[in-house]
Amino acid sequence: MFSNNDVLETIAMVEKEHLDIRTITMGISLLPCIRDSAEETARKVYDLVCKKAENIVKTARDLSGEYGIPIVNKRVSVTPVSLITAAFPEKSPLVGKALDNAAKTLGIDFLGGYSALVHKSTADYERIFIQTIPEVLAETERLCASVNVGSTKSGINMEAVKLLGEVFKRAAELTKDKDGIGAAKLVAFCNAVEDNPFMAGAFHGVGEADAVVNVGVSGPGVVKHALEQIPNADLTEVAEQIKRTAFKITRAGQLVAKEAAKRLNAQFGIVDLSLAPTPAIGDSVAQILEEMGIETVGGHGTTAALALLNDAVKKGGVMASSRVGGLSGAFIPVSEDIGMIKAAQKGAITLDKLEAMTCVCSVGLDMIAIPGDTPATTISAMIADEAAIGMINNKTTAVRIIPAVGKGVGEEVSFGGLLGRAPIMPVHNCDSSKLILRGGNIPAPIHSFKN
Amino acid sequence: MRAVVTVTGKDRTGIIAKVSNFLWEKGANIEDISQTILGEYFAMIMIVDISGANTELAQLAAECSEMGKQIGMSIYMQHEDIFNAMHNV
Repeated sequence: MFSNNDVLETIAMVEKEHLDIRTITMGISLLPCIRDSAEETARKVYDLVCKKAENIVKTARDLSGEYGIPIVNKRVSVTPVSLITAAFPEKSPLVGKALDNAAKTLGIDFLGGYSALVHKSTADYERIFIQTIPEVLAETERLCASVNVGSTKSGINMEAVKLLGEVFKRAAELTKDKDGIGAAKLVAFCNAVEDNPFMAGAFHGVGEADAVVNVGVSGPGVVKHALEQIPNADLTEVAEQIKRTAFKITRAGQLVAKEAAKRLNAQFGIVDLSLAPTPAIGDSVAQILEEMGIETVGGHGTTAALALLNDAVKKGGVMASSRVGGLSGAFIPVSEDIGMIKAAQKGAITLDKLEAMTCVCSVGLDMIAIPGDTPATTISAMIADEAAIGMINNKTTAVRIIPAVGKGVGEEVSFGGLLGRAPIMPVHNCDSSKLILRGGNIPAPIHSFKN
Repeated sequence: MRAVVTVTGKDRTGIIAKVSNFLWEKGANIEDISQTILGEYFAMIMIVDISGANTELAQLAAECSEMGKQIGMSIYMQHEDIFNAMHNV
């Protein structure tokens, strides 16, 4: 049984510390929708998604009301669309638009899965599919796209890395009147996971059931508040405090996930343990690191503090949930975290430091605005660097970067809502094009041969 | 099904009367009440059985919070499972 203090603590977490369930994401297999023509397939896709997820918004509202914990986003992820449209790849946008229409009909926030998995090499239909991504993202609102360009097991597909640099540029160019939001809905992955509930990189893996409910919890504010209670504790005690807090947050996620799956007639998939910030004051991962003792995030010691935080969140969370998955690590998106935004404005955090931080947490160079005149090959080189970190370290890494068309360092881009705003950060001006234009594959590392 | 009703705010007369009357009207049975007053701050936690209630929990919780606003108190009604989940191993 719980005590009165437990009750008041939970309420304070919601009222003052921004505890929320960040997302209920329903994964839906589109494989049964494949038909002879793109038009018919698109129709089937729309009908299936609308049918399977028809109660997701109501269920989230009911659960939020019953448990007294806000559920911020309702989302759907689907089978990578490149597989569904392999017979008519140039018509993939029809399916993309059908999915976006389904998202609007359902009233959900995002739908992910306009995706291709090309970590070993790129099939002809996938090459055509990937080239449709910028146009589709420009013409849709809630659809998100991702491409897996590498994995520990297969190495890095450098042809896809090169292509993705161009795709990011074009996605930003086609949506320049909205600060390049097309690029903010696109992720390049290494070691992409099949049960990720978070956007923009969510898709529903082919190894999954028909319909699955995955839940992403949040609560950077709760962790920060817990650390404020022990301002002079040593780091062993700091780690313990984070574990205890992560346990409570995750238990809330587990409860909501199981109940949501039951009501939506879907399988309970996983709880994703990621700490996801929002641009709201007091809901920042950067401010946790600062609370631990770094004046401004980006300073020396940031990577160590983040490593401790990330590991402690997992240890607390794993104990609290029967099935953990997704990305499960602290997120460090620049535009979505008020502490990161301030540090970037001051020049305290750089792309190099962010890259170092991604070695010890999920997920990567996330929601970072860079000058619009950055060459595509430089963006590809950034993707290659991140993919290399993921490949060598057996972890998921990603790049979601926004080339701000017509803008430079000192200016910012703004998307509003959860996507926030990002000061444009400087990139290295050295030319990396020769490396990228070589093509080929970066072979899988020796430690991937485990059989 | 049991829910936890939490009432917090500045102390004044008639809070318990107002809340318990509201719960009675809705068909909720109060099983336990504990209450503390710290200075001017009032905090009350009730365990209520809502199996016989004539309204769904989510709706009842919303009405409860609304009634709280009318009397200047912060009121939450939540399914007890959330506390069992978060505070028990």
